[in-house]
Amino acid sequence: MAKYLLCFTVNGEYHELYIKPKRLLVEVLRDDLGLTGTKRACNTGACAACTVLLNGASVKSCSVLALQADGAEILTVEGLADGARLSPLQRSFLDHGAYQCGFCTPGMLVSAQALLDENPKPTREEIREGIQGNICRCTGYNSIIRAVEAVAKGKYKEKG
Amino acid sequence: MKKYTVINTPVHNIDGIAKVTGQAGYTFDIKLPHMLYGKILRSPYAHAKILKINTRKAKRLIGVKAVVTGKDTLGIKQGIWRRYKELCDEEILARSKVRYIGEPVAAVAAVDEDTAEEAQDLIEVEYESLPAVFDPLEAIKEGAPQIHEHAEQNINVTRHIEWGDVEEGFKKADYIREDRFRVSSQAHVCMETHNAVASYTPEGKLTVWTSTQSHYYIKVLLADILGLKENDIRVISRYTGGGFGSKFELDSAQFCSALLSMKLCRPVKIVLMRDEEFMATKRRTPMFYYLRTGVKKDGKFLAKEARVYTEGGAYTAMGATALYLTGFFQAFPYVWQSYRYDGYRVYTNTEPSSAMRGFGAPQATFTAETQIDLIASDLGIDPIEIRRKNAMYPGYEVPGQARIQSCGLSQCLDKIEEWVKSRGKLPLHRGIGVAAYGFMSGGIFNWFDTPYAFSSALVQVNIDGKVDLYVGSQDMGQGSNTTLSMICAEELGVRLEDIRLHMGDTDTCPVDLGAWGSRETLMQGNAVKMAAADAKRQILEFSAAKLGPNIVYDLDIKDRWVHLMARPERGLSYYDAVKETIRGKDGQPIVGRGHYTPHRKGMISPAYSFGVQAVEADVDPETGKITLKNCVTAHDCGQVINPLGVEGQLEGAMAMAAGYGFTEDLPMDEGKILNPNLVDYKVLRATEMPETKVVEVETYEPEGPFGAKEAGEGLTNPTAGALSNAIYHATGISIKNLPITAEKVHDAIRDRERKKKAKKTDRVQRTKQK
Repeated sequence: MAKYLLCFTVNGEYHELYIKPKRLLVEVLRDDLGLTGTKRACNTGACAACTVLLNGASVKSCSVLALQADGAEILTVEGLADGARLSPLQRSFLDHGAYQCGFCTPGMLVSAQALLDENPKPTREEIREGIQGNICRCTGYNSIIRAVEAVAKGKYKEKG
Repeated sequence: MKKYTVINTPVHNIDGIAKVTGQAGYTFDIKLPHMLYGKILRSPYAHAKILKINTRKAKRLIGVKAVVTGKDTLGIKQGIWRRYKELCDEEILARSKVRYIGEPVAAVAAVDEDTAEEAQDLIEVEYESLPAVFDPLEAIKEGAPQIHEHAEQNINVTRHIEWGDVEEGFKKADYIREDRFRVSSQAHVCMETHNAVASYTPEGKLTVWTSTQSHYYIKVLLADILGLKENDIRVISRYTGGGFGSKFELDSAQFCSALLSMKLCRPVKIVLMRDEEFMATKRRTPMFYYLRTGVKKDGKFLAKEARVYTEGGAYTAMGATALYLTGFFQAFPYVWQSYRYDGYRVYTNTEPSSAMRGFGAPQATFTAETQIDLIASDLGIDPIEIRRKNAMYPGYEVPGQARIQSCGLSQCLDKIEEWVKSRGKLPLHRGIGVAAYGFMSGGIFNWFDTPYAFSSALVQVNIDGKVDLYVGSQDMGQGSNTTLSMICAEELGVRLEDIRLHMGDTDTCPVDLGAWGSRETLMQGNAVKMAAADAKRQILEFSAAKLGPNIVYDLDIKDRWVHLMARPERGLSYYDAVKETIRGKDGQPIVGRGHYTPHRKGMISPAYSFGVQAVEADVDPETGKITLKNCVTAHDCGQVINPLGVEGQLEGAMAMAAGYGFTEDLPMDEGKILNPNLVDYKVLRATEMPETKVVEVETYEPEGPFGAKEAGEGLTNPTAGALSNAIYHATGISIKNLPITAEKVHDAIRDRERKKKAKKTDRVQRTKQK
């Protein structure tokens, strides 16, 4: 199978790679770039553990061909923090115990970030709807909802 | 001085930052140099003889490095109930017969996953299909297909529990009620599917990275089945993406990757796909429950008889434990003057059923609590009152089974009663149901046949005061790493950030049986506390010389301050004390050891949690759709160690239990699971989760570290029962067949309407005839 050139920016870093056209975005992120924070848990787009931002929109990277991201800007969980300084959502997730096993957490954080980017002041119901696609088997979601709500209410404005 | 400086203060998990930044490395993320990828070929038949397996074509495919079948194994039947040979009945790679759809028959290792998958299709297996049986009530009939040679009528295990005079109890009863229930299965749905990376080297050493709840069990089980010495195997598991009971038995990813790696001397990685996870990693035990219950007219419980048939599936797994525990918890958390339980675990040609969070207790609690509300309603007694009248209390002895020490059940009932009253009059089609529950804090029975202590821990205090804590327990998300570090810090008198925890590696950590049966806080916690106390004693011995109190025990350490207990202002810095101690020990670091094995604590567990839950739900009378509105739980887990952790455990368990109650199911057709994916298998989503509230009722458990007991699993028990009672109070309909789907509620409502109408027409016609 011939390989094609993929040029894209991931977490602010520009990459050029030759890849087979059938490869998925999640595979390239994890296997080629070593960004293993993004997880896979169903391969059918049903659990959203693989959520990343593609030009600011949340997508399930197991359902996107890597070449579809050509020229795009991608944000993964590894891009949320600035060095040791965690993002408001990350800090809030810690304080609210909004993760347990942690496997869905990267996708959950990215989905929540997409929600807040689009709607900085969501209601509780809007938060529930915003993360509806993400399965978390550990927390029962409510701690996650409290965490997102706290950020929306501006509790994490100051730099961490 | 504050009683506790570390515990009972909410903290985020010590591995939290790794998890929110994506830095936590799971087995799923491991990539080793020269690593191969494996796939497992599984049986499409529920019951069949394997006549021939031809691997030639698969082996010839470019990129394929090895193919293994049952013939490449030692042919050992393994099982986790190692003490009993006849319960070790699973080969993992079947040699001559398959007994469920999804049973592994061959495995392949190749340079990449695609090639491995292609090779899988090239393996030719010739089967001779055998008559199969799927329903336990059919499987026990004479003439049913026999699944295992050793098990006539497919009876796998039987269990009997009895106390008091049951016949006499029924004679004295004013009211007797019989009910039959069908309790469904449930999939664990760990977000990280079962996986392993095995690496065998020519020195004869095997290293296995895997997502597990017990690295110790996996090491021993691998040694058994591979014919290796236990200590030639190293199992590593730093992060585990969920377990819920599915990850402490040996699984096909671990076994097949090890087998392939031993053949090739290269690392082999196997990650199960989601459909394999549903089909072949075991599941919650479905049960047929018959209950006969006799009570006085004031609601006093006199006699209960329970008969249970469980759908065991093809192998024993942890099913023997689930069978015992469902019998024990059927009588929980109440005082029954007499009780008789007969349980039968029956082999069927379905995926084996085994351990899942709650371990037989959710089935028991759903059936028992649903029936209690029906009894209360028949007798016109308030549901909380009838529970209060029969509630267990501190010091109660379950005859021949258990001794209850701490028990906050009646306080929990009071709290829930308050909340229910505060809701006032409910809108139409809405109901509140309550259910009481309890659970164990680790199991006592040594079915694994370990010669080790159930839990061990090691504490090393270094020259800078920092503490290395070595534990054998496994954190799969429940937060035990944090809980144990907090226990260590509290006992030693330092801060949480002073503790550096080492876990998840059989080469460096002492043995602990693992994270199941809600055992870590109490059992591993006790071992950690003992190890920390041992280290502290050594520091205090040296400090005593400096401070000169009357006796050594007058000293303590709190928040890095070594002091006289009676005069806390007199003391010395912990750092100085540690330095002096190490100097005095000729430069050796301070090492403390701890271990815990329950002794003389009955048959089940050293301690029990208690609680009461109220679920408020709406039922749409047109469609039967159920909407959860509120869920409030009053919970007694003894002394809380990390309030944030407990809250998370309770909410999470409730979500899983609600799924069990009304959305999750594993329907099958001739042994084939029809919904092995996350679209058709309905775990609760964020929009379906109700508002939750947790009320802690603190007690002190004398057997637990600082008085703590379990908080992980118990909450999986009440929700289905509380929900079923809420629906009953909202509609007058009791569904005795889990899950309580909209369809079942809708059909029951329609059925009732039809009957009402028929009665009415009948009356009208009769009047006309007159």
